Amino acid sequence: MDFTPHTPEDVSAMLEAIGAPSVETLFDAVPEPVRLGRGLRVPESLDEVELLDHLRSMAARSKGAQELICFAGGGSYDHHLPPVVHALASRAEFSTSYTPYQPELSQGVLQALFEFQSSICALYGMEVANASLYDGANALVEAVNLAVRSTGRDRVLVGSSVHPHYLQVLDTYTSGLELDIVRLPVAEDGVVEWSEVPAEGAAALVVAYPNFFGRLEDVEAAARVAHASGALCIAVTDPTAMGILESPGALGADVAVGEGQALGNSMSYGGPYVGLFATKLEVVRQVPGRIVGETRDADDRRAYVLTLQAREQHIRRARATSNVCTNQTLMAIAAAIHLAWLGPEGLTRLGELCARRTAFAAKRLSEIPGCRVRFDGPRFKEIVLETPLESGRLARALAQRGFIAGPSLGSWWPDLTNCLLVAVTERRTAEDITGLAEAIEKELAEQ
Amino acid sequence: MSEQSEGSLQPSGGTRQLGADFPLIFEESRPGRRAWSLPDVKVDAPPLEELIPSNLRRATPPGLPQVSERDLVRHYTRMSQRNWAIDVGAYPLGSCTMKYNPKVAEEAAGLPGFSSIHPMADDELVQGALELLGLLQRALCEATGMAALTFQPAAGAQGELTGLLIMRAWHRSKGDVRKRVIIPDSAHGTNPASVTLAGYEAQEVRSDDRGLVDVDALKAVLDDDVAGLMLTNPNTLGLFERDIQEIAAAVHEVGGLLYYDGANFNSIVGIVRPGDMGFDIVHLNLHKTFATPHGGGGPGSGPLAVSQRLEPFLPAPVLEFDEGSERWGWQHDRPDSIGRIHSFHGNFGINVRAYAYLRSLGPEGLRRVAELAVLNANYLKTLIEGSFPTKYPGSCMHEFVASATALKKHGVRAMDVAKRLIDLGYHPPTVYFPLVVEEALMVEPTETESKETIDGFAAALNQIAEEAQADPALLHEAPTTTPVRRPDEARAARRLKVRWSGP
Repeated sequence: MDFTPHTPEDVSAMLEAIGAPSVETLFDAVPEPVRLGRGLRVPESLDEVELLDHLRSMAARSKGAQELICFAGGGSYDHHLPPVVHALASRAEFSTSYTPYQPELSQGVLQALFEFQSSICALYGMEVANASLYDGANALVEAVNLAVRSTGRDRVLVGSSVHPHYLQVLDTYTSGLELDIVRLPVAEDGVVEWSEVPAEGAAALVVAYPNFFGRLEDVEAAARVAHASGALCIAVTDPTAMGILESPGALGADVAVGEGQALGNSMSYGGPYVGLFATKLEVVRQVPGRIVGETRDADDRRAYVLTLQAREQHIRRARATSNVCTNQTLMAIAAAIHLAWLGPEGLTRLGELCARRTAFAAKRLSEIPGCRVRFDGPRFKEIVLETPLESGRLARALAQRGFIAGPSLGSWWPDLTNCLLVAVTERRTAEDITGLAEAIEKELAEQ
Repeated sequence: MSEQSEGSLQPSGGTRQLGADFPLIFEESRPGRRAWSLPDVKVDAPPLEELIPSNLRRATPPGLPQVSERDLVRHYTRMSQRNWAIDVGAYPLGSCTMKYNPKVAEEAAGLPGFSSIHPMADDELVQGALELLGLLQRALCEATGMAALTFQPAAGAQGELTGLLIMRAWHRSKGDVRKRVIIPDSAHGTNPASVTLAGYEAQEVRSDDRGLVDVDALKAVLDDDVAGLMLTNPNTLGLFERDIQEIAAAVHEVGGLLYYDGANFNSIVGIVRPGDMGFDIVHLNLHKTFATPHGGGGPGSGPLAVSQRLEPFLPAPVLEFDEGSERWGWQHDRPDSIGRIHSFHGNFGINVRAYAYLRSLGPEGLRRVAELAVLNANYLKTLIEGSFPTKYPGSCMHEFVASATALKKHGVRAMDVAKRLIDLGYHPPTVYFPLVVEEALMVEPTETESKETIDGFAAALNQIAEEAQADPALLHEAPTTTPVRRPDEARAARRLKVRWSGP
């Protein structure tokens, strides 16, 4: 099945109009020696019945939040996905449209992105948000690049409590530009001592809010120290916390970035997700990616267009603010719909559910003999649980008992080999949490 | 506000809205309305005041809209109707490969075993997902003639950067620090932008009067400071770089690598492979050739494939099949890797769709894609070249760049042609790109459009050429059938308003 509509008669009529004897001759420019000259060695075509059977049998050999009670975290979360979000975002007019190059035919997508930008600004306490980036890591990279360009400095101080994958991506992305990325250690309580950080000559300080261990960092202190040295403060911020936590903008951060998966998008093995990026208007011309702006049309009606395109690669080429071309529009639209579904009260309830159920889980899990919760202090929706077992082994054992948790922290922090990350979203009930604790107790008892 | 606007929009995408501005959801907000439904806390835990220090507690909740679910549904449904889509009609944007996206692929991506799995789950829990990626990886390596692949890049531009960093790492592994990457002047803007980001200097080489890379000009700039050449083949003019063997030999001669930008892979899939042309690094845009929906400008997926000698430098982790245990798994121990490029494994949900498409087509179907994409483009070119000639002679590949220069004497520009096409019921082609053609109209019908659609589109373009002469005002006033008409882009930039900030 190849989804082409051509009948043999169509092909003949078209060739005749072109004046070509065969389709083959249209490829005359391809030199004979480089042609494949055989069929591709890929599996034979499947009809739709066979194809769905094949796909379903593979899907059945993967287990996620549908089969297991999901306490997994670390940048991807099992939050409630309101059916209305999928119903609207998957409308073909959104999902099968292209970049809004012709604004007259794209007011739907453009306005949805304008609403997305507005909601992200409201969450983060910022003045301008772009129309999204690839993912949380990519948003962090672009924020660092903005800081480097704005300050003319090439040293960046990052809390080592930022998502370790984001820091790896930052290292990769900046290897070509040869930036000096310095990792700041965390103290015994799992947060960086921001007031002690020597920020002279830095382009940016990067703080995670909450951090990878679920702990709340002192964003205000990070911003203060950054500004005292002329650096920018970049806050990697969980949008689901913004109903209960003060916005990074209000705490003094200059750029707020984050992963928007939790806003209306499924975990989907890590993508497609959506990178959130918001900052202050004074650096708007340094912002990467697409931005939608409001204007008037020829008949003085309100209209939306892609704006400030002179920043972008298709105009500025080698001197663009970023090489980003596409964004994650469809995920951004889902996020905008999810945020409108929540409203201010729903977002506050969501935050309260996460924080208080996490507090309940921390208490219950720390009561397991031989276990303790590391990094004491205020946290949002994640806990670092230390047990007597290597945590990868414990996670595999828990999967057998119907739970998924993690990641295990040993691969990034060798001294945390027995530490497992446990995330508690609004979907996790008291029974789920007690069940997890009992499963761990049983597993330890059987060792 | 929501009640006032009812009935003001007719239920088809192209209709004009009369009366008030189409409301923002923020303007439909009323204090106390809600759509959300979430549980009570229902656990024995301290109140928030005891959990969150007062300096970090939010004083005022964010100014999100307060609407009912009915408001939400109507707002976004109506807004969607103010948008074009491939499911509504043809989308002949050059270089964008807007082909039909099969629904079976959507069904596949939504299966819980794919959509609800956690990216850091143990490999053992997600064997089905890994097998799908493994099979897709093999098929894409075969289709490109490459040895190994990473799925991390979320889009073509991220694939470009990944490939350039691999290029850099490979040269450096031999103690060779090179500074320049060569790019033809017809290249997409992402190419030079990615080159800069990778720490290289982009050097343009001009096209000759055939619209192809000027091989002599290329040879003149090649030296041992050149890290590589980035090439889109067929290029953005829709022309196959027929000198590719000579180009590849010349770049390899000075120790450079060849990067294949897969933007136009649709026109050669199953016919010629980048690896066989001499390319060392290839990115694919799965959202183009492999028919995944473009989502209004993303998500895409830009996997990057490389030849055997570059395999050690791929982003970690790399997906491998263990013959002994017959298990797929991520190999993290990659000392020469350039590092990670994505938070997790790239746009997995898009890769599932691409796999479903690939399995649906099989080898014959894939080749037919290229053949019919090229047939459609040449047919359309033939139908309109009397009114909109192309600069370069001969047949084209999957797209061609026509020029509206002939209409300039009537005061009509390519943009006017585009806007008038909208009134005649068609989405316009890409305009003013590539830059090497004046008044460019870059057209790519793709293989999924029928002869009837192409006939209709060509008739509309030919009609417009006549109208330009007889009644240019008609073109200047267009479009007249859309919800808005020629928004003022200069005003948008000058009086910057990028968020709702209250009535």
